[in-house]
Amino acid sequence: GPIKTSQNKEKHLKTVENVAWKNGLAPEGIDILLSVALSGKFGIAVNTRIFKCMIPATLISEDSVVKAVSWLCAGKCSGSTKVLFYRWLVAMFDFIDHKEQINLLYGFFFASLQDDALVKLKILVLFQGMQPHLQALLSLYKFFVPTLISVSLPMKKKIYFKNSENLWQTALLALRSRNQGFPSEPLQLMLANVYPIKRKWNSHSIIPVLNSCNYSKESRKKRMNLSDYFSSNGSFPLEQLKSFPQLLQNIHCLELPSQMGAVLNSSLLLHYINCVRDESVLLRLYHWLSQTLQEECIWYKVNNYDHGKEFANFLDTILRAECFLQVRFCLFPTYITTSFSFSFLCSFLYKSLPLWDGLCCRSQFLQLVSWIPFSSFSDGCIVVITVVLKKVSYTLAHQSFSEIPNNFLLYIISSFSWEIVRTFANMDLHVMVSYCRETTLGGSMNSVSELIHYVGWLSTTAVRLESNRTFLLHFILDFYEKVCDIYINYNLPLVVLFPPGVFYPVLLSLDSSILNQLCYIMDRYEAFSPFLYHNSILTKSEFSFSSKTYQEFNQYLTAMVGCLWTSKPFQKGLYIDPEVLGNASVAEYKKSLNLVHHPAFLSYTVSFLLQGKKWNWYLDYLFSEGLHGLKHFIRSSIHRSSVP
Amino acid sequence: MTPYSSARRDTTTVQRQQGADVWELLRDLKQGNDKTMDSYDAPELTPRQDASSRLKDFFIGATPLQKRLESVRKQTSFIPTPPRRKIPQGSQLQEDVDPQKFAVLLHKQWTLYSLTPLYKFSYTDFKEYSKLLTAFIAAEKKKGLAVEVGDDFNIKVVFSTLMGVKGTERDPEAFLVQILSKSQLPSEHKEGKVLWTGWFCCVFGDSLLETVSEDFTCLPLFLANGAETNTAIIGTWFQKTFDCYFRPLAISSFNLSWMAAMWTACKMDHYMATTEFLWSVPCSPHSLDISYAIHPEDAKALWDNVHKTPGEVTQEEVDLFMDCLYSHFHRHFKIHLSATRLVRVSTSVASAHTDGKIKILCPKYLIGVLAYLTELAVFQIE
Repeated sequence: GPIKTSQNKEKHLKTVENVAWKNGLAPEGIDILLSVALSGKFGIAVNTRIFKCMIPATLISEDSVVKAVSWLCAGKCSGSTKVLFYRWLVAMFDFIDHKEQINLLYGFFFASLQDDALVKLKILVLFQGMQPHLQALLSLYKFFVPTLISVSLPMKKKIYFKNSENLWQTALLALRSRNQGFPSEPLQLMLANVYPIKRKWNSHSIIPVLNSCNYSKESRKKRMNLSDYFSSNGSFPLEQLKSFPQLLQNIHCLELPSQMGAVLNSSLLLHYINCVRDESVLLRLYHWLSQTLQEECIWYKVNNYDHGKEFANFLDTILRAECFLQVRFCLFPTYITTSFSFSFLCSFLYKSLPLWDGLCCRSQFLQLVSWIPFSSFSDGCIVVITVVLKKVSYTLAHQSFSEIPNNFLLYIISSFSWEIVRTFANMDLHVMVSYCRETTLGGSMNSVSELIHYVGWLSTTAVRLESNRTFLLHFILDFYEKVCDIYINYNLPLVVLFPPGVFYPVLLSLDSSILNQLCYIMDRYEAFSPFLYHNSILTKSEFSFSSKTYQEFNQYLTAMVGCLWTSKPFQKGLYIDPEVLGNASVAEYKKSLNLVHHPAFLSYTVSFLLQGKKWNWYLDYLFSEGLHGLKHFIRSSIHRSSVP
Repeated sequence: MTPYSSARRDTTTVQRQQGADVWELLRDLKQGNDKTMDSYDAPELTPRQDASSRLKDFFIGATPLQKRLESVRKQTSFIPTPPRRKIPQGSQLQEDVDPQKFAVLLHKQWTLYSLTPLYKFSYTDFKEYSKLLTAFIAAEKKKGLAVEVGDDFNIKVVFSTLMGVKGTERDPEAFLVQILSKSQLPSEHKEGKVLWTGWFCCVFGDSLLETVSEDFTCLPLFLANGAETNTAIIGTWFQKTFDCYFRPLAISSFNLSWMAAMWTACKMDHYMATTEFLWSVPCSPHSLDISYAIHPEDAKALWDNVHKTPGEVTQEEVDLFMDCLYSHFHRHFKIHLSATRLVRVSTSVASAHTDGKIKILCPKYLIGVLAYLTELAVFQIE
């Protein structure tokens, strides 16, 4: 009977609702429900319930939407169901798998809206008079489709709307976190550091919406007409800015957003702020960014996973903007770009890094750190990098290395070594010297040497993981080229050698240019290290050159001479990983490591032999091939008694 | 007399009588005390003030932005630790102060926020602002229906300056915003009761003032009293209108101990309240609170013994003052307070909670209290 049917219907509806709210619905399910709701089989109450629970688990197929539109044309459903459908469509737009056909239907959507809503609106205006909310709606229509509104709107001052709320937002968020397998309830931790949590004032997104209405400006230009406002008397509203040519045409009269943070979401405006010379623009952006970063970061610590995701997305947006600005910066170097990137990054990193656990948002954090421009030497910068490296290496130590993608380590090495090289290259010598002469020398020296040791540690790991090493070794040696000259260039009496894990792979490398670089570096170390060693004995300074370093250096030197000259490569008691030797394809290394047989020089040997010259000329031949590092090294470290 | 302890369900209260154990307190002071590192506030990296101050001579900014960046660059420390601060002196209020307006600020609990500089804010546009803000609030409360500025609503927002609430001539004038309910009956007097109050101020905010251009108004400290929904609406309006940013200003226990010391050091004609500390022990499922009340004159006597530099408070003195309280407490209850977290300090001058709530009691030291709060707010936005 009918009663039973309605009971059944209720039961089924309940089931659907439960499934939908818990796991979301599959595309097929949504397809069916859309047809049911729009076919006019049920009343408004049931249709509303159906729409409210139409939450996609994955995607919505475009065909379902097209089918739904054809149901609309059939005119079987009521007006309010139609409105609900449109709201649902807007909310779920991002979930639709393809949009080609839907794009073709826009004409229909607008026509339908005009038919239904606008006519009603006009009638309402006629009957009820100009009420503020009706007037506001009409003015919005007029803004987008001026031809449709013939009603003359009275003098307009200011109209406010409440921020519209998305009916499905919370359900979607909850669903997403559940489907990703994370507990929806945040773990209750007893945190020593409890900050008061401000409920978000604007719940939609961290980055403010682009909005050109600057009330304070407006209030100054009193008695302004709405139509004046929209028909751009002098200024160009941001909402209409769609293309780069438009930006160029209107750059002189562009209205700035009321909240500067909104530029992060618009690449066009990033262009604009990149060339604008107005400092207040950058100050506004700076303040907003630094505060948002810190506040969101704190939320992340005390709140749940969703906030973490949101914060990571936010960092990504900043990184994208920053990346964009950096590229622009290379093309059009301006002072302002560098300041912008530096300012917010540094203050944020200074404050948040000590609290960072080394794990969350790691890739974002590392990228941020690598972008700090070390244009001026500051103790803080070194501290920041050291903290980062420490934390990263701690967390790395707790994981097995195979889990970490190689390119991640490569990325750290390459970006950090460059940063450090840049730091030293840009250090003001005068500042540095006066800085080191003071009693605080120890701290700074410690952090510099600690930093170099960390890079060494990371290099060792990266060398072990990376199969194609040549490029990586170049990077690492570039770094040590700077390190070996710290004393000469920066007057820092500090000697830090590469770790064995870097030295031996370099020594057995197949690439002659790398070996050449190694020779150069060793030669540089040799040039001033004896002086430093004696100096450190005289001054009893613990930093510059310990006897351990000296021993290590001698060991390296002996190994090099053995490998390149005397064919007695490795001392007794030194274990060389067979794999390293295997990579160098020298199984019988005892006799095959010298300038002639070393794998890196084989190609030289062959071409030398082809020229049919005497062995006496071999060295000169090598030197003439541009191996200057080798030349210096051999001249200073090897005293020839006989020709090889 | 010995201190007694009254334990409630999860609160231990220690009430002290006047003069009872001041000698004991002082004896503890002289014996020295077991210093336990307060792990909560210990900075992970100790800043070296001397190095950064020397370096700063090499960077002399010219424009406000450069100065702003410079202040970032100088900032190598993670906690604001000026080694010494002034003890709030008696009334520094200027002549043209309206005492009635002042009464609004006292004896109320304020929630603290830090606020970045307001862009294009003008003291001459208060009328316009109050119209716009009234309409904005009405729109938010009407949930969806648009409203027009100038309509008649049942609330009214009033902006007014707070003359004299400033530290130096350079500090911008403080101002007050109030939401008033309008009486429905026309016969009643128009202005109804106050629904919400908030005020913006800057007391000795020199370091911040230097770093912004004239388009900005620096009022780094915002204090609100009333429903949080109202604070949110008004905050949103300010953020949208003046491109500023509100952040709740929490007070760490490190800063609470400074407040305890500075406020104890204030000379009072008569004490209005006991000096009281509240410590929190984080444990599951309910945290345990330990309250410790001392007669204000005992606290003052202890302070006078700790205090060396006239007119100033130093970090050492603050540490010593707190350590004395800790060791005294330990003697009687065998609890190391230094291992817990200080969450509230109440004195006759003012009381502050780590959540960022403050109540100012003594009009004489209003400016002094605000100066320290401004300092904390400026630190948060820098």
